[in-house]
Amino acid sequence: MIYARGLVKRFGDFTAVDGIDLEVAPGEAFGFLGPNGAGKSSTMRMIGCVSTPTAGELRILGMDPVREGPAIRARLGVCPQTDNLDPDLTVFENLTTYARYFGIPRAEGRRRAAELLEFVQLTEKSGSTVDPLSGGMKRRLSIARAMINEPDLVLLDEPTTGLDPQARHLLWERLFRLKQRGVTLVLTTHYMDEAEQLCDRLVVMDAGKIVADGSPRHLIETYSTREVVELRFGDDAPATYVEKLAGIGERLDPLPDRLLLYSADGDAAVNEVHRRGFTPSSVLVRRSTLEDVFLILTGRTLVD
Amino acid sequence: MVTTYAVTRVARGNRLSPARVGAVINRNVGALRSGPAYWLVLASGFFEPVLYLLSIGVGVGALVGDLTLQNGEVLPYANFVAPAMLAVSAMSGALAETTFNFFFKFKYVKTYDAMLATPLRPMEIAAGELTWAMIRGSLYTGAFLIVMVALGLTTPGWALLAFPATWLVGLAFGAVGMAVSTYIRGWQDFDLISTGQFALFLFSGTFSPVQDYPVPVEILIAITPLYHAVELIRGITTGMLSWSMLGNVAYLLVMLAVGLYVASRRLTSVLCR
Repeated sequence: MIYARGLVKRFGDFTAVDGIDLEVAPGEAFGFLGPNGAGKSSTMRMIGCVSTPTAGELRILGMDPVREGPAIRARLGVCPQTDNLDPDLTVFENLTTYARYFGIPRAEGRRRAAELLEFVQLTEKSGSTVDPLSGGMKRRLSIARAMINEPDLVLLDEPTTGLDPQARHLLWERLFRLKQRGVTLVLTTHYMDEAEQLCDRLVVMDAGKIVADGSPRHLIETYSTREVVELRFGDDAPATYVEKLAGIGERLDPLPDRLLLYSADGDAAVNEVHRRGFTPSSVLVRRSTLEDVFLILTGRTLVD
Repeated sequence: MVTTYAVTRVARGNRLSPARVGAVINRNVGALRSGPAYWLVLASGFFEPVLYLLSIGVGVGALVGDLTLQNGEVLPYANFVAPAMLAVSAMSGALAETTFNFFFKFKYVKTYDAMLATPLRPMEIAAGELTWAMIRGSLYTGAFLIVMVALGLTTPGWALLAFPATWLVGLAFGAVGMAVSTYIRGWQDFDLISTGQFALFLFSGTFSPVQDYPVPVEILIAITPLYHAVELIRGITTGMLSWSMLGNVAYLLVMLAVGLYVASRRLTSVLCR
């Protein structure tokens, strides 16, 4: 579906995407994970054929995005990072009008619009304008709009950013259903849980480069340990404990507010901390996540 | 619409899909139907030139009496002012759409970003928006022509010929307005546009023959666009056709081609980075 070699995007002196290689197979749910400014959105815009690559090779659905942009876009569904729904139209018209851009006949557009509104649970909002909708509803409408041309490939740029937990879960559930139907999904996110929920495979991006690549499980196994212990030491700086706890677990990462201790067996590591005579003010043993992978790979956390 | 396609084909060298241009127009028809506010805007656009016509053309006209033109023809003042108001309404109808509305869609609600994620291309968006602007302008000018015929300021025959001329005026100003709008930084820049528009409105041979001004001023006016629109339309509604009107048509066609070309280039360079 997507094939890229040495893909580069520069804006003046700034290199947003710095030579990445990618391959996405049909039916896959593929994720770009990374902090803001990592180059995820720039990559998505090149895949969406609205931005021309500065260098490198890019094929979408076997076609050249520069020469065959309209033909490719006819088979893509794009859900942008910020909603750009049409405020002058009703919910239903947002879909039927969009259908016309794809050359879908009116009657067929109306049929699909009704079906998609059902799918994203917005049927009762059909005659409303877009403004009064909640963030989650707008996002679902954007996804319905992206599906109007029955696309082979759906691009979702940060699909749940800014939504409340309930809205996120509803959205994930709908996206999961799309995936079950065999639609290829490509999404960007800076949420670990989202990547773990939705992606079969993902790449971790940082400063325009891909720093790791694989399934969420594989990435955690390769780069992190099975468990992570989070230790807090009251008012003491976590960094001062790095030396004192050396040798426990496989790795120690001091953060401003806590110390992360990577270990295959979290409870055994906690026992060792106590045996050495330290009494942390709080102890949390948890399973390793992609957040830890990102921290290990880049030395930075993945917050905004 | 035929002119749009022909001109744009020359300008860009690639074919436009009439269906896709039509889909852009369809979007605006939908917006018109869904919002009552839009009808109000349309209505106010019609009344403005009618009020000018009544107050200045008929009111001041009663003081001025008849005008004797350079070619010796004598014309009641209202007959002289009415075609200028018609040209002005064609201009402002199209400009309202391609400046204010276009900028809003371009910069704030990101309508064109959404469109560009579909098979639509920038040139098709520009052509669709411009055609719509022309349609909007023609709602004003069509109604205005009926008023002119009713007041005996032109004949039904000349009015029928003047109607397509107002389309050309709408397309020409709409295209240039759209190109300018892609450079606009914020709402304050619209003050500049409306000041410019008002200056054109006052000094394009609208209320007095340009020959009444000193020669340098007359030349200056002859360079500005509304003058050509007024000359063309006045020639038709008064039934005083002349070869120089071909020059006016050529001027407006160039505005159309350049405006549309620049607008679609800018859409590409700003939105497809």
